[in-house]
Amino acid sequence: MYLRDAPGTHPPLDSPGYKSTKLRHPLQRPVLLPQKLTEITGPLLGEGRLGANDNDLTAQHAGEPQGQRIIVHGRLLDGNGRPVPNSLVEIWQANAGGRYNHVRDRWPSPVDPNFDGVGRTLTDAEGRYTFTTIKPGAYPWQNHDNAWRPAHIHFSVFGRSFTQRLVTQMYFPDDPLFDQDPIFNSVPDPKARARMISSFDWSRTVPNWALAYSFDIVLRGRDATPFEQEVDDE
Amino acid sequence: MSTPSQTVGPFLSIGLPWADGPTVVPEGTPGAIRIVGTVFDGAGQPVPDALIETWQADPDGHFDHPDDPSGPLRKEFRAFGRCPTDDDGNYWILTLLPGAIPGQAPHIDVSVFARGLLHRVVTRIYFADDPSDPVLSSVDPGRRRTLIAQPADDGYRFDIRLQGDNETVFFDV
Repeated sequence: MYLRDAPGTHPPLDSPGYKSTKLRHPLQRPVLLPQKLTEITGPLLGEGRLGANDNDLTAQHAGEPQGQRIIVHGRLLDGNGRPVPNSLVEIWQANAGGRYNHVRDRWPSPVDPNFDGVGRTLTDAEGRYTFTTIKPGAYPWQNHDNAWRPAHIHFSVFGRSFTQRLVTQMYFPDDPLFDQDPIFNSVPDPKARARMISSFDWSRTVPNWALAYSFDIVLRGRDATPFEQEVDDE
Repeated sequence: MSTPSQTVGPFLSIGLPWADGPTVVPEGTPGAIRIVGTVFDGAGQPVPDALIETWQADPDGHFDHPDDPSGPLRKEFRAFGRCPTDDDGNYWILTLLPGAIPGQAPHIDVSVFARGLLHRVVTRIYFADDPSDPVLSSVDPGRRRTLIAQPADDGYRFDIRLQGDNETVFFDV
């Protein structure tokens, strides 16, 4: 069994500050689904999904993208503190000017022909992942008057079970745009909100090359099983 | 202390879709069924910026996972499907019918992600109203039909209504 997250960890689907939730959040209460085999298993997606340079978003074109080169790294862990190895991590993001390479993004900041803003990698045996990318820019949106999204990178992870599937956003430390952002603030618990903010990581900066941020992702933990209990007792 | 969920946002389609995402089995696989559907919002409008993911047992009721010790797996069966909705809110998955699992009727677990959904919502596709299934029978009979796929050309239709009249039953996993 996978443990339920503490109240306040995840945003309520009905979050009026984020206007797009209005017609998209279910009105009925969700039905409790006892975790069965379908839920405690899940896709273990591996090597076949990766191409060359998928973890280096600055090396996917002949030229280099504009912007501040950064290393983004961290660990994928479960709630018991155990690393999740060999697990697919997918990211997507805006370019240095805050523009997504998407036909529906109309923000008048130029597309960068050398930046798709899409990355994939697998965690290693200790659950570690690393991307090289460009620090994304903030961008305006239509949610409320003079609304701006804080700079962020979208992360998609699977863990080891259907119950652990998570899509989140990684933010950057001390962003002055946090206070007015209804998506960031949709997470009720301020401590949980803080877990979406990466840390500047001097130790992983590369001289004359890149700054660095670290971002650990924690998925739901598992109930101790009798087998694990025996191991703990040793 | 889990990391919170956030929305996939409006531009999920640059990052999440895979060219082979909808084909859980390759085109032309004997016995393959196509599941098609439309995602609707509370105003009855199609949702063009959603993503559907599916996870299921193979036709013998086995999961491609070490926590299922039940038996050997089919080749060329990924068990996992992923499809973004198109401009009309439509998605499709090409797969094999899942087998029954001990104590449960055949079903497919579904995650729905979208702009405006701060957390995925989870539902199940069933292929018949089987009162012996413990999950199906826990659902209000008046809403149970939202979980039953309807036969359609070369497969099934499973529409997803996020809100309002005939709102799909979503599960807390």
